[in-house]
Amino acid sequence: MLSPEQVVDASFLEARHMLLEIAALLDRYDAAVARGAEAGSPVATAKLAALRQALGVLREPAPPQDRTVALLELFAQA
Amino acid sequence: MQIIQPHYHAIARTAQDYERMAMSGVVAVAEPAFWAGFDRLYPETFLDYFRQISEFEPTRAAQYGIRHFSWVAVNPKEAENQALTREVLAHFPEFFAKPTVLGVGETGLHKSTKNECESLEAHVEIAMKHGQLVLIHTPHLADKAHGTRRVLEVLAGMNIDRERVWIDHVEEQTIKPCLDAGYWVGFTLYPITKCSPKRAVDMLEKYGTGRILVNSSADWGPSDPFTLQECTLEFRRRGHTLQEAIEVFHNNPCRFLGQNPKFDIKPIRVEMAEEEPACG
Repeated sequence: MLSPEQVVDASFLEARHMLLEIAALLDRYDAAVARGAEAGSPVATAKLAALRQALGVLREPAPPQDRTVALLELFAQA
Repeated sequence: MQIIQPHYHAIARTAQDYERMAMSGVVAVAEPAFWAGFDRLYPETFLDYFRQISEFEPTRAAQYGIRHFSWVAVNPKEAENQALTREVLAHFPEFFAKPTVLGVGETGLHKSTKNECESLEAHVEIAMKHGQLVLIHTPHLADKAHGTRRVLEVLAGMNIDRERVWIDHVEEQTIKPCLDAGYWVGFTLYPITKCSPKRAVDMLEKYGTGRILVNSSADWGPSDPFTLQECTLEFRRRGHTLQEAIEVFHNNPCRFLGQNPKFDIKPIRVEMAEEEPACG
């Protein structure tokens, strides 16, 4: 089993990479809207809202359930 | 589609890379001098390394129909050793005379120390004195923004032709000042630690395609030369035309590297062929 320090050390760069991809996705969406494209279908809007809600879940320091479970349930409704 | 891989550390890769790159449209690679994973102690070690990338690697690449070009430099990580740097720099002109050496690189900064900055300046000076191109490495991760600023400060104090200088590994927080100052910039695609193919296409869409090179470096660490092809696919998938892709992934390398006449691959343009009607 990994120590808390090892957990962070082993996955920090990978997590950084994934967060940057999410940041880039949101910037890409804003740029597309700024170019005058349609803001998106109701389905796309719901998916984007789910992503933003998921980011909120990740900010919780002590969530009531595992974050992974919370996100899977959230995305199941998107 | 024909692709040029402008930053590729071939000596760290197997021939299988060359074979797969050839099968996926890569027609040329350019290999900057690199850190070996440990700090070298002897000037002769560098000189043999430069011989390897300027004499031997072109023959290995040629077996797969790929043109191989190279650059010479003391890596920023080793630039703390000033005596070593000076001794190696004195041999650069011998390599500038080789038929496939394009210039000085990758020089640049790692921790942005005083010695590193002096080494960068010395590298750029000798390049300009001998009419060579320059490829500059910018630091990774936490040191990126500060290191890139220092690179720009060092270059600002020098008499250089900015169009002959390529600042590599730029990302969203460093691209603008480098382009605004008149330099070429490079996106380096890595699986995790540098730019990703999607982010690279985002920047191409935001800043345009002028003076931008895309490469996947590929060295002995976690890296993948085919992130470059992944980027071409992402670019095309977003609706950019084949010619626009050729401009970025083939013609821009021709334009920058072709400032050295040894790089003689020319920009290409696709056009529809007019078929003659079949007889009979």
